[in-house]
Amino acid sequence: MRPTFPFFKPKEETDSSKIFKPSRRDFLKLSALASGGVFLGISFQCSGPKGEDVIFAPNAYLSIDKDNLITIIAHRSEMGTGIRTSLPMIIADELGADWSKVKIVQADGDEDKYGDQNTDGSYSVRMFYEPMRKAGATARHMLLMAASQKWKVAMDECYAENGMVHHPGSEKSINFGELISDVQKMEIPRSEDVILKPFGDYKLIGKDIPIYDVKDIATGKAVFGADVDLDNMKIAVVSRSPVVGGKVISVNDSAALAVNGVEKIVKIEGAGLPAGLDKPLEGIAVIATNTWAAIKGRNALEIEWDLGENQGYDSVAQLKDMLESTKESGKVRRERGEIEEAVKSTSRTIERTYELPYYAHATIEPPAAVAHFTNGKCEVWAPTQHPQWARGAVASALGIEVADVTMHVTLLGGGFGRKSKPDFVVEAAILSKEMGSPVRVQWTREDDLHHDFYHALSAQRIKASLDGSKNLVAWNHHTVFPAIGATSNPAEVHPSDGELGLGCVDFPYDVPNIRIETHESKAHTRIGWLRSVSNIHHSYAINCMMDEVAEARGVDPINHALELLGEDRNLSFKEELDGDFSNYGESIEEYPWETGRMKAVIQRVAQEAGWGQNLGGNKAMGFACQKSFLTYVACIVVVEKGGDGKIKVSDVHYAVDCGIAVNTDRIRSQFEGGAQFAHGLATSSAITFKNGKVEQHNFDSYQIARMPEAPKRIHVYIVDSMEKPTGVGEPPVPPYAPALANAVYKLTGKRQYKLPFKI
Amino acid sequence: MENYTLKINGESHQVTAEEDMPLLWALRDLLGMKGTKFGCGQALCGACTVLVGGEAMRSCSLPVSAVGDQEVVTIEGLSAKGDHPLQSAWIEHVVPQCGYCQSGQIMNAAALLQRNPNPSDQEIESVMAGNLCRCGTYNRIKEAIKTASSKL
Ligand code: FES
Ligand code: FES
Repeated sequence: MRPTFPFFKPKEETDSSKIFKPSRRDFLKLSALASGGVFLGISFQCSGPKGEDVIFAPNAYLSIDKDNLITIIAHRSEMGTGIRTSLPMIIADELGADWSKVKIVQADGDEDKYGDQNTDGSYSVRMFYEPMRKAGATARHMLLMAASQKWKVAMDECYAENGMVHHPGSEKSINFGELISDVQKMEIPRSEDVILKPFGDYKLIGKDIPIYDVKDIATGKAVFGADVDLDNMKIAVVSRSPVVGGKVISVNDSAALAVNGVEKIVKIEGAGLPAGLDKPLEGIAVIATNTWAAIKGRNALEIEWDLGENQGYDSVAQLKDMLESTKESGKVRRERGEIEEAVKSTSRTIERTYELPYYAHATIEPPAAVAHFTNGKCEVWAPTQHPQWARGAVASALGIEVADVTMHVTLLGGGFGRKSKPDFVVEAAILSKEMGSPVRVQWTREDDLHHDFYHALSAQRIKASLDGSKNLVAWNHHTVFPAIGATSNPAEVHPSDGELGLGCVDFPYDVPNIRIETHESKAHTRIGWLRSVSNIHHSYAINCMMDEVAEARGVDPINHALELLGEDRNLSFKEELDGDFSNYGESIEEYPWETGRMKAVIQRVAQEAGWGQNLGGNKAMGFACQKSFLTYVACIVVVEKGGDGKIKVSDVHYAVDCGIAVNTDRIRSQFEGGAQFAHGLATSSAITFKNGKVEQHNFDSYQIARMPEAPKRIHVYIVDSMEKPTGVGEPPVPPYAPALANAVYKLTGKRQYKLPFKI
Repeated sequence: MENYTLKINGESHQVTAEEDMPLLWALRDLLGMKGTKFGCGQALCGACTVLVGGEAMRSCSLPVSAVGDQEVVTIEGLSAKGDHPLQSAWIEHVVPQCGYCQSGQIMNAAALLQRNPNPSDQEIESVMAGNLCRCGTYNRIKEAIKTASSKL
């Protein structure tokens, strides 16, 4: 199966959903979940982007058993966003279930059954809000019908609440469970007969709902990838090529084999170059009875490497070259007006460059996966964001059918895009086959930082020209960074349309002349996607530059942004682009770029934060805004200089319009965490390469935010909205760093053109 | 290989291990106690924090041979019913996101409250500085510690 980027390619559109009774085969498979009861599958009627054949794919299951236990299958991966709670909670709310009695079961990776399970691109709620409501409403409809028939009353006089159907007129009530035998005999109602609840009737949607796993986590019972334990399981730790594309020449494993507990040394054949997104790197695995023995064995290996063509790679030098290249004309990706003409008559041009480093994901849970290969089949347990891709990659690495791979999804100890890639899962499968027993592959922190799929380093140059009346009349943005696609295809030397659609060509401001250009660069390591992807560097450069332009015009930055967003209207960038506008996989007609919604979040955040008030000499505010993943976000960061002269972030204010807010507590938590995540990117994290090797090894040299310097208070204002819901996993990240930089400038007079910067 | 008797969560456990094996791997691999997590192996992230003799220790960097007869408490043994004031406060504030760092956070906070049942914000920050959370739950952790402290 080929990799899918939800933010790059149009996703298969969900035209309508269909609720069905699973086949007997599915029923049997699911029967372990409950002791006989009703199962409903939800299927989405999907058509391909070009209106190809209509297909049906079941995406989720709901069951109610005779003992009133409601089981809902979570088919998206839980990596900390709360999705394992938020989607089931939508079904439960429509159903009228007693949420405290709902059991959530994690789905295996199975495309036929669940459709696309790729948990990425902040799109789970966006994609599944409607179908989940429909599923719950369908089940409720059947229960109400069963009760009304039993009581011989009109169906519309009954209602479902807390796992019971009530008929107020006769004061009758009955548990869902007692209606099951009747419901089992019914046909699924027609979709048009099923009525969704009015929004005001929801008891869970739009409220603060705690995550399902909170108690298990607080008591240490939650099961992550490395927590899976099987009989006779061995542990593998791998020494991988320190340079991407390297190959093993020879190995002396005698010292490793001498370590007590080490049982076997296995070579993992690497992809070489191009490295690809779903293949392991070449390496030597040490397989032992316990993790410590495997680590010691790995450290004792003596490997001679042919490091290949990336062995001279120096990221500092590449970034310098990339920056230099932005002085020239590049490949034009968006053009509006006559920029060359316009620039001739301008009175001032501000020209600035922005440099951002590689970033590693550094999930606190390093990659780990368990596989058990036996009799030509492989059963896998993995913390994967993309169970189907992992399943397909395992099948192809082992040369078996996809159907012969069972992919169980554990909780993920953080994902951020890293755990979309199945390389570590494939390693476990290969090693289990070689070993003839279950194997857990365990990455160490050093492995994680050395062998990530990094957020690309980037260089940008922006030239903003003002006319004699200080109007911004020309915007020329150069951007260069190795494309994600280059990891698989070295011929991709320019950022893709998809990557440019992440905060670059969708520059929303009303400037009469715009030119956006890209330049060539090569991938010398594995490039992947990190929480909000290219929005990170694009938002940084654009928002910092906008702050300088506002200053040059003598206009307040917030008024400046509001003014340049212009009238309330829908933007479409297509006609000015050389290429496609991905719009996060959605049509621009259905999800337009609405300047009015952006202006509203800007006004809201300004008002809530008290923008414009006199803060005294030791405090300052900075502003930035960014629409990403179809969610509108405006951010104000407040910095404060302490008595010790150190600058701290005292407050972060976010206003967000993500359409209908499904689980308000998890929206807030994503913004709270997003600010901390971005604080690390802004002030401390960076990956560099010397001689092809990563120079950071652990959390001493790769720093992320820690509690003492982390932003102190994070305020999240969620706009009341009845628009279609959009995601919140990634959108908090892009505006934070530029808002911080703009605040630091206000306080210190120093602009920040390079990340990370020390504050 | 040596035999060790470890006192963990009020019970005695026998393990046979190399003397340099960190307590973390003895707990996870030899005793099947998976609540204590591995994050860095170098005492840099706090995910593996347990109490040893009442002090918060990074079990990834404490050889099993150095434990001796000190009492070890892990997240599984912090309370019998999962209702230690910190655990209740963690649930009340819905602190976790992915949850992976949280055993270590709770155990580190437990040691802090044992030493000082009423810590200031600044103390909380400096004591918790060694416990990383990539999901960024720091502010809720702080609030939860304060809630637990008010109930002690
Ligand atoms: S695993 Fe022990 S401190 Fe990180
Ligand atoms: S909750 Fe995910 S690392 Fe802390």
